[in-house]
Amino acid sequence: MIRVVRSAVIDAPIERVWSVLRDFNSHTAWHPVVADSHIERGEPSDQVGCVRNFTLQDGNHIREQLLTLSDRDHVSTYCILDATLPMQRYVATVTLKRVTDGNRTFWHWESTFEVPRGREREFADLVGKGVYEGGFAGLRAYLRGAPRAAAPRGDALQGHGMLVSSFGGPEVLIAATVAAPPPGRGEVRVRHTAIGVDYIDVYVRRGEYRMIEPPAAPGMEAAGVVVDVGEGVTHLLPGDRVAYACAPPGAYVDVRTLAADQVVALPDEIDDETAAALMLKGMSAQYLLHRTHRVHAGETVLVHAAAGGVGLLLCSWAKALGARVIGTASSEDKARLARAHGADAVIVTRDGKFAEALQDATGGAGADVIYDGLGGPAHGENLAALAMCGHWIAYGHAGGAHGTIDTNALSAKSATLSRPVLFHYTATRSRLVEIADALFDAIRRGVVRPEIRHRYPLSAAADAHRDLESRRTMGQLVLRP
Amino acid sequence: MIKVYTSSVIDASAEAVWAHVRDFNGLPKWTPFVAESRIENGEPSDKIGCVRLFRLKDGGVIRERLLTLSDYDLQCTYEILESPMGVENYVATLKLTPVTDGTRTFAEWWAEFDCAPEREAQLSRQIGDGVFQAAFDSLKAAFRR
Repeated sequence: MIRVVRSAVIDAPIERVWSVLRDFNSHTAWHPVVADSHIERGEPSDQVGCVRNFTLQDGNHIREQLLTLSDRDHVSTYCILDATLPMQRYVATVTLKRVTDGNRTFWHWESTFEVPRGREREFADLVGKGVYEGGFAGLRAYLRGAPRAAAPRGDALQGHGMLVSSFGGPEVLIAATVAAPPPGRGEVRVRHTAIGVDYIDVYVRRGEYRMIEPPAAPGMEAAGVVVDVGEGVTHLLPGDRVAYACAPPGAYVDVRTLAADQVVALPDEIDDETAAALMLKGMSAQYLLHRTHRVHAGETVLVHAAAGGVGLLLCSWAKALGARVIGTASSEDKARLARAHGADAVIVTRDGKFAEALQDATGGAGADVIYDGLGGPAHGENLAALAMCGHWIAYGHAGGAHGTIDTNALSAKSATLSRPVLFHYTATRSRLVEIADALFDAIRRGVVRPEIRHRYPLSAAADAHRDLESRRTMGQLVLRP
Repeated sequence: MIKVYTSSVIDASAEAVWAHVRDFNGLPKWTPFVAESRIENGEPSDKIGCVRLFRLKDGGVIRERLLTLSDYDLQCTYEILESPMGVENYVATLKLTPVTDGTRTFAEWWAEFDCAPEREAQLSRQIGDGVFQAAFDSLKAAFRR
C-alpha cells in the first residue's frame, strides 16, 4: 500500500479555494495535467456518487467517483473506478482548513493505493509531484487569473464543417461552424484527420436518400483521433486512431460526436488517409465479394465503374480470389487504371452498351456475377450480360435510380438479384469488426490498396462532389479538414 | 457550546515544532503568558491523565488534564479542571500538520466550552487571540528563518 501526502498553503480565503475544489469537475479549469473532463450522465458535480470521466494531457484516461463531500468540513473524498494506469484501490481525500492567521487556506491532499511491484516509486512521484504538487501550482495560477491552455471540458468543442444548406446541387454545400458536444453514454468524440467522399454523399445532398434534414453535414466515413469517450465505452481510449463508416451522415466536419459502437481502432500500419478512403468502399467490397456473393476461383465477375472508388477494390480483391475480372469504364485512362488494379479486361464504353462485348469476351457464357453500381439505365444490358443462373448485385445507382425491376425478367436466366446495403451488414458490432478486420487484413496483405488521386480541403467539398458527379474522377476522394 | 478556532503556519518542520510544544509541562518555555508550571504528583508530562498546574503572568492559576497525546498525529487534547476564566466543559486541542510544500507546519488550536452567554464574545477573543494566536506568534518568532 502506497500512501502519498502533500499539503500546501494557498494565499486565498478558504471560501474562495473551496468554491473551486468542491466542484468535482473543476480540475479541467485549473489542473495542468487534466486535458478534458466531464461528469457522467450529466449529474451535478457536487452530487455524491457522481463520476468524473477525464483525460490527462499524456492521453491516459481515468474515471473517478465522488465518495464524500462536506461543505462544513471542507472535505472531498474520491476513488478511481477505472484507469489506463495500473493503480488499484486508489482513494484520495482533499481537506481544506482555514488559516485564521492571515486568512489563508491550508490544503491537505492524501491518498492510498496499490501499483504493480517495483513501480511504487514511479507512481508515488506521479501522484505526489505530478498530480498533487502540480495541482497546487495550477490552482495558485488559476486563482491569480492566469489562463490555462486546455479547453474546459464539459463544453462542446467548436469546429468547422460543410453543411447541406438545402437539398440540391454541389452549390448547396456551405461552410459553417459546428459544435461537438461532450460524448454521452456510448458515444465517442473524434477529431477527424481525413474524410472519405462517397457517392452516397451525393444522394444525401440531393435529398434522394432522406438521411438528414438541412442544414446538416453529409458524409458517412472518416478517420481521426479520439478526443474523449462517454460512459460505457470500453473499446476506445482518448488518443486512439480510429475510423468509421456508418449512418447517420455527418462526417464532413473536423470534430464530431457519434455512437462509439460503429467506430473501430485502426492498426498502426494503416494510415488515416487510407482508412478514410477505404472504410466504406473497402468494407463494401468485402461483404459484396464474401457475403452477398461468395466469389470463387474461376467465376467471371463483371465490375462496373471499374476505375471508381469501389470498382478498383472489387477488381483487385476479386482477382485475388481467383475470379476472371472484367470491368467497364468510360475512358482508356480509367481502363488502364482498372487493369493495374487487377482487371483482366476492361470494356471501354461511353454509350452504356457493354453486354455484347462481355458476351464476346466470355465466349457467350456471360458474367457469373455482376457488381452493378450503375442503376436503372443499365438494367437491360446487365440482364443481357448475365450468365445463366448468374447473380446480379445492384449495390449502387450512380447512373440513375434502379426503379422497379421486373422479376419475370430474372426467370429468363434463373437469375438472382441482390439489392444490398452496407449498413445492414455492419449493423451489429461483431459483424462490423469482422468485416473491418478482413479489410485491414486485405490492406496489409496488399490485396487492396488505396488509389487516392483527388484530395480536397474540407472547405472544397462542393468541388469534390462536382468532380465525382461529372465522372472525371478515378479511385477514392478524400477531404482534409 | 462555543468553539474557538485559531490556525497559523510556522516556518519549520512539523517534527521540530512538535518537539518544541510536545511537553505538557513546557508552556513557560514557549508561550508568552505562562510564568511557571508543574505536573501534579510528580508524574511524567506525557502520561495520559496527568494534570498540569500553571500560573499565568497575570497571577491566575489553571489546572488542566491531559486527555490525548499523539506523536503520530502530532496532537494534544486537554481539559480545564480549574481556572479563573469562568468556563465549563472546556476541552482544547493543539494539532500540527506538515506542509509538504516548503517544509512548514500548519498549526491548529481549538477549544470548545460553555460559558455565560454575555461572556461568549469576550472569551472567544481572549482565548483565540490572547492565548492561541499569542502562542503561535511566539512559535513563529522562535522559528523565524
